Amino acid sequence: MSMPEAQSPRRNLSSAYRCLRAWALPLGLALGGLPLAAQAQTSPGAAPYGFGRAATPAAIAAWDIDIDAQGRGLPRGQGSVAEGARLYAEKCAACHGERGQGKPADALVGGNVPLGEQKSTPLKTVGNFWPYATTLFDFIRRAMPYNAPQSLQPDEVYALTAWVLHANGVLPADAVLDAPRLSALKMPNQAGFVSDARPDVSNWACRTCR
Amino acid sequence: MLTPQDPQLAAGVAAASAPRRAFFRRATAALGAVATTPLLAQAQVQSAVPAEATPLAVPDWSRQPGEPVLWHPYGQPSEHERHVVRRSRGNAPFPGAASSMTPLADLFGIITPSGLVFERHHAGIPQINPEQHRLVIHGLAKRPRVFTMDDLVRFPSVSRIHFLECSGNTGTEWRTPTSANVQLSHGLLSCCEWTGVPLSVLLDEVGIAPEARWILAEGADGAAMSRSIPVHKAFEDALVVYAQNGERLRPESGYPLRLFLPGFEGNMSIKWLRRLKIGTEPFQTREETSKYTDSLPDGTARQFTFLMEAKSVITRPSPGQVLRQRGFHEISGLAWSGLGRVKRVEVSVDGGRQWREAQLQEPVLNRALTRFSLGWHWDGSPAVLQSRVIDETGYVQPTREQLIAARGLNSLYHYNAIQSWQLSADGSLKNVHA
Repeated sequence: MSMPEAQSPRRNLSSAYRCLRAWALPLGLALGGLPLAAQAQTSPGAAPYGFGRAATPAAIAAWDIDIDAQGRGLPRGQGSVAEGARLYAEKCAACHGERGQGKPADALVGGNVPLGEQKSTPLKTVGNFWPYATTLFDFIRRAMPYNAPQSLQPDEVYALTAWVLHANGVLPADAVLDAPRLSALKMPNQAGFVSDARPDVSNWACRTCR
Repeated sequence: MLTPQDPQLAAGVAAASAPRRAFFRRATAALGAVATTPLLAQAQVQSAVPAEATPLAVPDWSRQPGEPVLWHPYGQPSEHERHVVRRSRGNAPFPGAASSMTPLADLFGIITPSGLVFERHHAGIPQINPEQHRLVIHGLAKRPRVFTMDDLVRFPSVSRIHFLECSGNTGTEWRTPTSANVQLSHGLLSCCEWTGVPLSVLLDEVGIAPEARWILAEGADGAAMSRSIPVHKAFEDALVVYAQNGERLRPESGYPLRLFLPGFEGNMSIKWLRRLKIGTEPFQTREETSKYTDSLPDGTARQFTFLMEAKSVITRPSPGQVLRQRGFHEISGLAWSGLGRVKRVEVSVDGGRQWREAQLQEPVLNRALTRFSLGWHWDGSPAVLQSRVIDETGYVQPTREQLIAARGLNSLYHYNAIQSWQLSADGSLKNVHA
């Protein structure tokens, strides 16, 4: 916009009017172009700015990997505890221990004493802590093994999920997991979570205390 | 803790011409270094500060021209500040799934330099080419979209100063005073100016459905780090950020794109953000079930404990530093609240019996670090220094006893108790429970 930088203080009304016009036209254009809610309301379905491209299911399939607590998002495929044991020994045991006891990575198995009765910091494992079995599938698929995340095929993730659940006593040794079976599983500690109760302390700002 | 009364510098103060003031500042910086790394700094003090009785000499750097422009095309701190770096508590079994802490005692004001912002990664720092990076927003959206970085920078932008704190910050202090200094006890804390697009703008762009309640945020790192974000936060103040302290994000801070949720626990501000999926329920990711939940004495665990409640800590003087002289010292520190602005900070030098109101340094910003200070005359006797913040909601920073009474000793996260530093007659300081 080309506004005079320093107007004479004696400028007359007509120059003031020209000045106003110089402002009003771009301002009107700017308002008309402003992608505010008002415009979205008058033309539903139009993106306010129109940036980006459509995220079609096919275009984003490789990234759309989350599984929710109901099992929505689970892929086709299946895996057995036995196959999981073989894969676990090959890809996981070096970090999580031969039997899932942990070190150097997290313990997956153990913590048989109920969480409320453990004396020191509780040992939280898949069996005694994780509320949803579907989370196990989601996490293995997105982040494991640590040195090669997102490298496992769906059948492998089902098998590893099955083995970890078996090692925690949630599945029998001959179990085979697929999407419906995994979605239907109830974990022992599903009811063990409560909502945020804070503020749960109330200090007061005494100036002279005790 | 250096004051003008320090005999080593008294002569310099009295005759402070401009060049001498510069020298004085340098000498002060070198002495400040004593504070955190006594061994390293002793040598610096001896070489940089003339002995008391020695007349001032003209140093070498005054007798020749200095370095040219573009000495460092990207500027570096003075080599005398080499000790001001991030540090970790120890070696982690997986160095990419670990944290490092901000050297709070060495910093001034409220802004954390980008290179000193604390780190917490879950599978290392990905090296992302911004031209290939994409943000997908889909799920319950009328117009699911894939955005490039260029697309995102075209949207209207905002810049805001906010703190970022890990929910595990100070988690070492529940049972015993564990951390040797404030970097290790409170250093999972930083504060930057963040620039990006309000998440609400992007949600309007894709046409979020009215039944939407939760959004899964996911990173492009090897952990594909993921958390569920309540939609109300997205419309309140959440940002999709591409710049920090005036420049593009650092790789450690999420380059080229991250989520930023002011006042919420740090891990939710997903770094290297690649995807937002809109849904009706939380997605129950590993991080929000088995990890960032707070265990209670009865065996249950609190879930979705997003808010970082009000907290403060004295950074000067603090352990590692030494008060070398009696007399005037400024007690200075940081206060913050995930609920809003800091209203008041009070300081005690007797372990919490008497409290005095500290000065708040402007600006006092919403969900940002706030610098406080209080002048104090130290008579040389032992003292226990504490600070206590009251935020604009009236919440008063609690004592450790109050936190333990409410939550027991196993919740690990969200420890925001009043911190005590014990000052001995020899001027040294120590982390204590008082």
